[in-house]
This record gives sequence, structure tokens and C-alpha cells, in this order.
Amino acid sequence: MRYLKLLTLFWQTSLAARMEYRTAFALAFLEAGLEAAGKLFGVYLFYANGFDLGGWRWQEALVVLGLASLLDAFFIGVFNPNLRRISEMVQDGTLDFVLLKPASSQFWVSVQQFAAEGVPFVLMSLGLLGYAGAVAGLDAAGWLRLGLGAAAALLLAYAVAFLFATTSIWFVKIFNVVYFLNTIVWTGQYPVQAYSRPFRLFMTFVLPVYFMTTAPAEVALARLPASWLLVVFAVAGGVLVLSRAFWRFALRFYASASS
Amino acid sequence: MAEALGPAVRAHNLRKVYRVAEKEPGFADTLRHFVRRRYREVEAVRGVSFVIEPGEIVGFLGANGAGKTTTLKMLTGLIYPSGGELEVLGHVPYRREAAFLRQITLVMGNKQQLIWDLPVLDSLRINAAVYEIDPAEARRRTRAFAELLEIEDILTQPVRKLSLGQRMKAELMASLFHLPRLLFLDEPTLGLDVNAQAAVRRFLRDYRERYGATILLTSHYMADIEALAERVLVIHRGALLYDGGLGGLVERFAPFKEVRLELAAPAEPAELAGFGEVAEASGRRVRLLVTKEGLTRTVAELLSRFEVRDLSVTEPPLEDVIARVFSEGRV
Repeated sequence: MRYLKLLTLFWQTSLAARMEYRTAFALAFLEAGLEAAGKLFGVYLFYANGFDLGGWRWQEALVVLGLASLLDAFFIGVFNPNLRRISEMVQDGTLDFVLLKPASSQFWVSVQQFAAEGVPFVLMSLGLLGYAGAVAGLDAAGWLRLGLGAAAALLLAYAVAFLFATTSIWFVKIFNVVYFLNTIVWTGQYPVQAYSRPFRLFMTFVLPVYFMTTAPAEVALARLPASWLLVVFAVAGGVLVLSRAFWRFALRFYASASS
Repeated sequence: MAEALGPAVRAHNLRKVYRVAEKEPGFADTLRHFVRRRYREVEAVRGVSFVIEPGEIVGFLGANGAGKTTTLKMLTGLIYPSGGELEVLGHVPYRREAAFLRQITLVMGNKQQLIWDLPVLDSLRINAAVYEIDPAEARRRTRAFAELLEIEDILTQPVRKLSLGQRMKAELMASLFHLPRLLFLDEPTLGLDVNAQAAVRRFLRDYRERYGATILLTSHYMADIEALAERVLVIHRGALLYDGGLGGLVERFAPFKEVRLELAAPAEPAELAGFGEVAEASGRRVRLLVTKEGLTRTVAELLSRFEVRDLSVTEPPLEDVIARVFSEGRV
């Protein structure tokens, strides 16, 4: 309950801080709205005439794209601003204040920022997922599987991104690697079956993009049994536990920028 | 505020070694530095031992780079010691247990936790949620602290619009909002004007009296140390040089008195050199450092040699004593 209250306060204050600069806030929001609309138009052009992609009908492939869009929206609205802050806080030593608070430092550095620019992308991706699910003919159980799969995908994407961001403790200016990850995750907009074998292996076992988009979509569309949801959650949970252990380990090496 | 069992701080043979990269200037060395780094080990804290009892106010003195901040950061659990034993309020700091963190605070004069673009009250709301202070109690504390620090009228202004002094007061308010028992203050009056420094000192004294808190304070302003600390720890190049009262520090490191003279006519420094160390000689005003043993004889000789309008003998300023300790590195 305390963490829910903290999350609400963090996002309220983060939004309030951004809204202090009214023009910049309005322009960023407008720009995000236009970009989201542009992305949607691109999707329309690509999928309007229908095709078969690695054995996926276009309606099914659209579910994969919807999940990738949702992850991208969370990168824009939550992951990127927060994980970039870790690097800044290590650089200027203000991570000290977080580490001195009797609250999970991982929670704090992961959610203290909220970029409203992510909202249009979230809305766009939810719209896309809704449309994709409808044209793919999802039943009630399918929608439930999609919801759960999307939650697991978000958890996994966060955990992987946090693993990368944690290396800021040693390398300080490492944030570009999180942008790189954002780009790699975006490759998950197509089902992995559409890629060549080496890339497919990379997307499954090195950077588990397969478990972020294709696998949840396959479960939602009943291309894989529902029990695969457990596999997706297990991968997400495993990487989350690993990210937590890695963060604690990294803090042993935190030098706290000198005064 | 619960009473502590045992010492507030117990450090034994505390050590911290850093590995720092070294680089010569120039582009060729930049390339070498990029490909292959050269590192050197720096022993920032070398076997420091001390005990601080609950309720004490201890000044931590040392030149820049002496190891004060590193020691403070080990005491708060921000960095891991390389060796030695450390116990703070019965906890091992680097484990950063919630029960420990709820009882301490660290105020740094050159860093701030307040949200830059929002009013102070927004930062306090977050702190109240983190420390689970109920809203009525949070309002009461806000009123009480704001009154003590005389910042009632600035709490709704964005932090970026506050003066340095106002910001430091607000920073103190945010840092002490959870009523910590142990305060680590690293240069809390850095860059403040005389009035703001005095206000901060008043507030800290008042807080300590009200809540019986223990304070470990570093400052380059001796006035802070003289006004607040009953005991000082002097650290030099990572080693503890002195642990005791302020008076004892002067006694031990300054076996001289300061003789201030106002002469009827200006005197050359060369004429004064034989009477002691000339600390200042500008026109008719002279400041001499004279050994305690030769004080009576020197004063008599000064009075017979010069026409003296005024003369006073005092302990030397603490700054001078400390500067001597650091420059000579004496134990």
C-alpha cells in the first residue's frame, strides 16, 4: 500500500515538475500525439492489404505489433526517463539520497519519473491491440491470456532494461545502451518466425524479445497452449530476480560522487 | 525518540581504499587512456577508530581530501568499508536496513534532495509517505520546523526560486522531517551568508536539545564547530590525528598565544620578527604568535621597544591552529 501511495506521489510530482514549463510540456505532448498517429498510419499502410508473415495471418501479426507498441510506449513513458535518471544520479551523487531512504531503492529509481509523452503511445498501442484482438477473433479467454501476456512482457522488458541500466554504477554514462535495447525490442514488432534462424536464436536466448511479443501473442491466439503463460511469467520473474540481485551487487561498488 | 543502547557510533580500524584512474594531459595519452587504463590505489581512510556516545555533538575536521566525507559515507552505509569494524545505532551501516535508515539522516551542503522545479511542500509529501508519517503529524512538523527555521512564507515557492540560504533551510527541514536520532552533516552551512549560518546553527542546537539527537558535523567554518561541537575529531590524510575537546586541541597543537598590538607608529615586519611569528603587520596593527613560555618576557620587551597604544593577549583563532595541524600533519 505504501508503495502504491509512493508511486502515485512520484508520478504526480513528476508530472507537476514537467507541467511547470507549460510550452515545453504542451509541445512534447503534441509531438508525441503526432508521432503516435504517424506510427499508426505506417501500420495501416503495411497491414491494410493483408499478407502472410512467417506463417502468421496479418490479423495475428497485428497482435504482435500491438504488444511491441505497448512496450515501446512504456519505454517512452516510464523506462527511459527513469533509467536515464539512474545514470544522472550516479554522475552527480544524488543517488545517495535514494539509498538513504527506508524504501526499496530499485523501486524508487525505476518509477520516480513519469513522462506524459508516453500517454498517446499507450493509448495508440491499446487501441491497436484492441483492434488486432477483435479482427483476429479473440474470445474472452483469449483476451484474458492477452492481458496476462502483456503484463508478463512489460515485466520482462523492464527487468532486462534495468539490468542494463544497473551497469551505470560502474560505467556511469551508459544510458545509450537502454536506447539500444529499446530499438532491439522494437524488432519484436514482427513475429520471430519472420526472421532468419541466427537472429531468431538471438531474440529468444540472448535478448528475450521472443518472450516479450511473439510468445504472449501466440498464447493469446491459442497458437501455443495457455500453460506457456507460465513459461513467459517464469522468464520474466527469473530476469526480475536477477535484476534485483544484480542491483544489490552493483551497490557494493557504488562510490558516491565526491563533494 | 527511543534511547540508544550502547554507543551511537563505534568505528574500529576503519579503512577505505579507492582505485582511481590516472591520465596525463595530451591527445596521445587520451588514446592510451582509452585503450588501457592506468590505476592507482588511494587509501582515503587509514585505520580510523572512535566512539560517539548518544547525544554528543562531534565536529569532524580535516583539509579537503582528508577523508571526512568518505568516513561519513561509510557511517551512513552509502559506501562499503575496505576494512575494519563499524556499528552505527547497533546496525552495520552498509546493510542499509530500514530500521537503521529511519533513524539517521545525511545533509550535504553541496547536494540537494528537494525537487528543483516544485515547492518544498511537494518534497515533504514524498518524505512523509516514505517514512509513513500520518498527514496530521506531517502538517504539525511542517509548521514547527518552518517556524524554527523562519521559512513559513517560502514553502509554496518552487525550490529553484529560493535563495541559497532558504534552500539550505528547506533542505534541513526535509532531511530532519522523520526526526532522526543521528545526524550526519557534511558542510551544512557551505556558501551561506553569516546570518543564514547563524540561523542554521541555532536550528541544529534547538533540534538537538528537543530530540536529544547525536550529531557528527564537518565544516570548514570554524564558527560552526565552535558554536556546536563539544568534541572534535581531526583527520589528516586518512588518519585520525586528534580526538578530544576543542580546548585540548588548542592546548596540544598551539603552544603559543596571540598578541595583538596597536602601535603609535607603523613598524617594519623585520623589527618585529625577533619577538615571535608575525602573523599580520599592516601599518600600526600587528598580530604576533608568541610561545607561552616566553610570553611575559616578550610582552615586557615589546612595551619597552615600541610605543604601544593597545595590547591584548588571546588564544589563537581556531582556524590558525587547524591550519598548522594540517600543514605540519602532526600527531
